[in-house]
Amino acid sequence: MTNPKGRFGQHGGQYIPETLMNAVNELEKAYDYYKNDPEFNRELTQLLDEYAGRPSRLYFAEKMTEKLGGAKIYLKREDLNHTGAHKINNVLGQALLARKMGKTRLIAETGAGQHGVATATAAALMGMECVVYMGEEDTIRQALNVYRMRLLGAEVIPVTSGTATLKDAVSVAMGEWTNHIDTTHYCLGSVMGPHPFPTIVRDFQAVISRESRAQILEKEGRLPDAVLACVGGGSNAIGSFYHFIGDEGVKLIGCEAAGRGIDTFETAATVNTGSVGIFHGMKSYFCQDKYGQIAPVYSISAGLDYPGVGPEHAYLYDIGRAQYVPVTDDEAVDAFEYLAKVEGIIPAIESAHAIAYGIKLAPTMSKDQIMIITVSGRGDKDCAAIARYRGEDIHE
Amino acid sequence: MSNIKSAFKNGKALIAFITCGDPDLETTAALMRAAVENGASMIELGIPFSDPTVEETVVQESSIRALRGGATTDAIFDFLRAHRHDVDVPVVLYTYANVMFSYGMERFAAACSEVGVDGILITDIPFEERDEFHPACKKYGVDLIPLIAPASDERIAAIAADAEGFLYAVSNPGESGVRGGFTVVLEKFTEIVRRTTDVPCVVSASDLGEVKRLSPAAGGIVVIEGTAALLEKYGKDAPAYVGEYLAQVRRTMDEA
Repeated sequence: MTNPKGRFGQHGGQYIPETLMNAVNELEKAYDYYKNDPEFNRELTQLLDEYAGRPSRLYFAEKMTEKLGGAKIYLKREDLNHTGAHKINNVLGQALLARKMGKTRLIAETGAGQHGVATATAAALMGMECVVYMGEEDTIRQALNVYRMRLLGAEVIPVTSGTATLKDAVSVAMGEWTNHIDTTHYCLGSVMGPHPFPTIVRDFQAVISRESRAQILEKEGRLPDAVLACVGGGSNAIGSFYHFIGDEGVKLIGCEAAGRGIDTFETAATVNTGSVGIFHGMKSYFCQDKYGQIAPVYSISAGLDYPGVGPEHAYLYDIGRAQYVPVTDDEAVDAFEYLAKVEGIIPAIESAHAIAYGIKLAPTMSKDQIMIITVSGRGDKDCAAIARYRGEDIHE
Repeated sequence: MSNIKSAFKNGKALIAFITCGDPDLETTAALMRAAVENGASMIELGIPFSDPTVEETVVQESSIRALRGGATTDAIFDFLRAHRHDVDVPVVLYTYANVMFSYGMERFAAACSEVGVDGILITDIPFEERDEFHPACKKYGVDLIPLIAPASDERIAAIAADAEGFLYAVSNPGESGVRGGFTVVLEKFTEIVRRTTDVPCVVSASDLGEVKRLSPAAGGIVVIEGTAALLEKYGKDAPAYVGEYLAQVRRTMDEA
């Protein structure tokens, strides 16, 4: 018999040391209260609207639609949010929750630095202390975001253990949370980790599909045929899917980072290449060997470079409600350039994975069909890296 | 009930933690023998995990060295088949949930039983997730050792009520300020636990000072960082040094 708490089918749960249970229990209790508190929800809506710039636009990509000659393509513009990505939706929710809980300090993990920047931003806004754990490798790859976080008043601590990337930053942040639970909230950046995180983050990101569902009904008078989003841990994807899950006619498609391809070891396509396991507090799909040792993963996108996927995605996959497709580095870079040239929008390299699959899928659909692709973030942060990928000698 | 009890029959247990396969399995065999010759009453063998997030750095590095040396779960069970009975004290395995889960709960517990492992300790399952792992252990007569951390009295009592083998008391360094403050926590644990069960409470001590402070309230002392640090320093030559260190721990426990 498994613990029913925080389960999505067999996935999810609370696989954490006894020492962390006080912290997650306290968080669960607080969230259960505040999620239904009208005052909390009023304050959060105000922050999202006035500070983050919501609702984000649902933009009809007319040129892209014409060029591809198939489904009508709409872009959900999370890249236009304050701090340039969907991450702020979750962070404002968690920071507000932390403040209500009487915490004075936020800690976070970050990969590419987007979640770290968002957390540092919310901490600055709310007058809280902020410490961000970032793999040492990533602090070098994303030096500009390290500067941004410091500019916003956060302390950035390079993590040197393990592979010195995102998964190691998560491990260290969890440990630090355990040691400072009185003052500190761990602002986890994706729909992963032990219950209640996958649910909390999902709820805060669900604003994406709450808006896009209403927006498409207003613009087209009908629901879309497909919703596409990129998946690392899966927070923008679950946010983009959530309010469509009950709409059976809407295909939900998560686009995973295949790196150099799912037939190579240099991949981060967890659902496509992984197997069920237990790590970072949850049961889900992980890239691992047959003994359960977590595999090193690779993607051009630091934001998708994670060996696991959120448990709700694992469940949506198991029941066949969502499909998860692999997109290679090459395809993502092509899409990055394509969207810039065709629509004048430079997407984050993470989001470019979803654009890439949209480019493949749209021509196979008919002109009266509709596709929504979430542009989870803007691509300014990636320009230098993509230029180098194309052989140009550019450095930030 | 396994024979773990025998480790406590002559007073407080000294439990030697050894990462299996650091730097190789021959060294692990020598370490087990050296530990028992020098007063260890139980051996706790760590099956290495790629992301040993719970341990101190020195133990994490021991785990990584062992994996690099090829200490897979299969290799470790093969090793135990050959060497478990080099020592006549109880042997427990320490690992992470994914190691047992990936091997298959039943298959893992059956292998433990076959090679003579007496108990399993999984660091990343709290009380809430115990029921997923316990049935297989029970079926094959292997104790699933619970961990307890500072929590409500009710929670500690609930964990103690289910305990088998021994209870492993852990704390957060930040919670009590310094690890020395854990003595108070441990005394409280012991008091609550004794109301419920006669299963002993053990605790890890990272140096001789801690051994001295924690011994009076503990049913047993686990030496983890001490052996890992000596393995880091001496590698294949570690057994002699580990033996010497454990003898000191044993003396300190007996005098405390």
